[in-house]
Amino acid sequence: MPRLSDTMTQGTVSKWLKQQGDEVKKGEPIVEIETDKANIELEAYASGKLARIVLKEGESAPVGDLIGEIALPGEAPAPGAAEGRAGGRTGGSEAPSAPTTTAEHEGAAVSATDAKQPEPTQQQAEAGAQGTLTQPAAADEGSEHDGQGLRASPMARRLARELGVDLASIKGSGPLGRIQKEDVEAAAKAPAAPSAKPVETALAAADVEMVPLSRMQQTIARRMVEAKSQVPHFYVSMEIDMDRAVADLDELNEGVAKEELVTINDLIIRACALTLRDYPDVNSFYQDGKLIRNHRVNVGFAVAIQGGLIEPVIRDADQKNLRELAAESKRLARKMREGKAELSDYEGGTFSISNLGMYGVSEFSAIINPPHSAILAMGAVQDRAVVVNGQLAVGKRCTLTLSADHRVFYGATAAEFLRAVKHRLEKPLSLFV
Amino acid sequence: MAVITYREALNHALREELQRDDNVMLMGEDIGVFDGSFKVTQGLYKEFGEKRVKDTPISEDTIVGAGVGAALAGLRPVVEIMTINFSLLATDQVVNHAAKIRYMFGGHATVPMVIRMPGGGGHQLGAQHSQSLEVWYANIPGLVVVAPATPADAKGLLKTSIRDDNPVVFIENEGLYNTKGEVPEGELLTPLGQADVKRQGKDVSLVSHSRMVLLCLEAAEELAKEGIEAEVVDLRSLRPLDAATLRKSIEKTNHAVVVEEGWGSYGITAETAATIYEAAFDFLDAPLVRISGVEVPMPYAKRMEQACIPTVQQIVAGAKKTLGKAA
Repeated sequence: MPRLSDTMTQGTVSKWLKQQGDEVKKGEPIVEIETDKANIELEAYASGKLARIVLKEGESAPVGDLIGEIALPGEAPAPGAAEGRAGGRTGGSEAPSAPTTTAEHEGAAVSATDAKQPEPTQQQAEAGAQGTLTQPAAADEGSEHDGQGLRASPMARRLARELGVDLASIKGSGPLGRIQKEDVEAAAKAPAAPSAKPVETALAAADVEMVPLSRMQQTIARRMVEAKSQVPHFYVSMEIDMDRAVADLDELNEGVAKEELVTINDLIIRACALTLRDYPDVNSFYQDGKLIRNHRVNVGFAVAIQGGLIEPVIRDADQKNLRELAAESKRLARKMREGKAELSDYEGGTFSISNLGMYGVSEFSAIINPPHSAILAMGAVQDRAVVVNGQLAVGKRCTLTLSADHRVFYGATAAEFLRAVKHRLEKPLSLFV
Repeated sequence: MAVITYREALNHALREELQRDDNVMLMGEDIGVFDGSFKVTQGLYKEFGEKRVKDTPISEDTIVGAGVGAALAGLRPVVEIMTINFSLLATDQVVNHAAKIRYMFGGHATVPMVIRMPGGGGHQLGAQHSQSLEVWYANIPGLVVVAPATPADAKGLLKTSIRDDNPVVFIENEGLYNTKGEVPEGELLTPLGQADVKRQGKDVSLVSHSRMVLLCLEAAEELAKEGIEAEVVDLRSLRPLDAATLRKSIEKTNHAVVVEEGWGSYGITAETAATIYEAAFDFLDAPLVRISGVEVPMPYAKRMEQACIPTVQQIVAGAKKTLGKAA
């Protein structure tokens, strides 16, 4: 299971595009993987025959696990499904039987690409414990897993046995997700995970149903908890006079085909992108007591998709004119909704914008998407009663709310940033050139 | 307790044993009139005379062969080979005679001799004079192989080796002769075949022998600054290897770094690692880390030479690696 995004810890096979026994060419899509963020087609690393499908459609596995094997031309398919390593260990008692296959050594395993070299000591020790050395496995990555796809250190297994902890219920913190001693200790100490039982006893079974979350929904849940618990948010709002911007946009869009329309959203992206150049702190990340200052302005915008939310990124948004931004945001939004997101579409953002204006929301505040230090929440452009020169009048207004990371910049900077965005939107000519 | 050098500790051991037992005698190149190339036998020729402290020709095979003969005839010879590098000339006597005779004579004859020699690099002595060849002898049944790291162990182990009825290959290190340490007053007999925990810790075991023990102790100090409590295990005896102490340490720490100055392939660390896997597999929480000398003939150039010998930093990094902490 390759790592297909920086936050991916496991993936689900949504569809095999090739069947067992099919010929595959290097670079040809062979399987569709559902990650925490998107469905991604995985290309074959080598040409040959898809000798074995290990992970069936709908099944999940941690990053680094074997999902299938490609036999190189002229190579016999891997013998059966990985027979356990022969025993013969003198010291170890219940050593995990660790299946390995010749294909992993000789062929190209559709397997871990975690860029981690296997521990030479471990290999040597394993070979030593077996009393045989088949061949120096140059890239024996991810071969250490048992039938359940469970990876745990000997000490962890022993401790789990002693403490009565179910290893399958633990997430490993070691390399390739290996469960280690401290993971078992933590699991033993932690209060029993709230099972579904209490809910069921409180409510009749017929009154509730359990809905499993998709990988993406689980990731969103996890990342939002991280963001809200680790990033000290503060919020600054400002009302923007959108009379001129709306009028200018209407003029720009007159007689333009639907797919080429420029939206208020695009205008906001452009205004933020230009302003971010002047306020580098807002375009920075906090990391371990330091600021990571981004030299590029890559603006992400939240797109609601079925069963979740994704934030495609417009790269170098400050270098693009309004029409270019409009074209790109449309292209990306469509791609996201069609479920064809690629890693490069949604990684690398430095600032985000969330717009709920189309639902008639007046204003709201958004949760920062780490590692970003700010997100701008945009409400609807509405006709509001306003006071102009001491007279009550009707004007088009929109409320912007900036959520900011107080470790990176403070209230005054947030206010200045918003004021600069406001200025650009209220005198919008600079946005159109 | 007196603080003396490793060199003095060895000297004291030899003197005490020469005084205690008339059958103990020393042989080697320049050990008499010249007081020894590394001055370990300083003053002994003067004190005990040429019958007990004999200068020999430059012929390692002869020195060890004469020692085997003397041992068979009832003496307890301690022969000095100037460095372990030269002992290769005497391997037939060591491996085919000293190590085999007791077995081949059904126990009717013993070879109670000690073969002393220093190894190690770091002094710009070139590829042929900087080796750590412990494992050549540690591989041979019939031999006892010890490699003390501290003055106290040097004294205690040498005295025990002289009194042991097996041929003992006693490996010193040129970089240790001037190191100082506390040595208990009075009779000091350190048992063969027993490792020693030089520093207690609960997080990771640093396992080594000879001069590398000192580096492990320094590494443990460094690690302590970061809140990692390293245990330092000094093997002391390479043959037999003390699996029980290793097991006990790993049961406590669940992590190990094994270190040797010499080459790692088929080396002391290979044997130690295998012993740990066999004796304490169920207690390991991560693959252990091996640190050994770079596998090239030792370069002469100083910086190149330093780059070939394990360092404190490498040991610290190794400990963090097995603990899964970023270096």
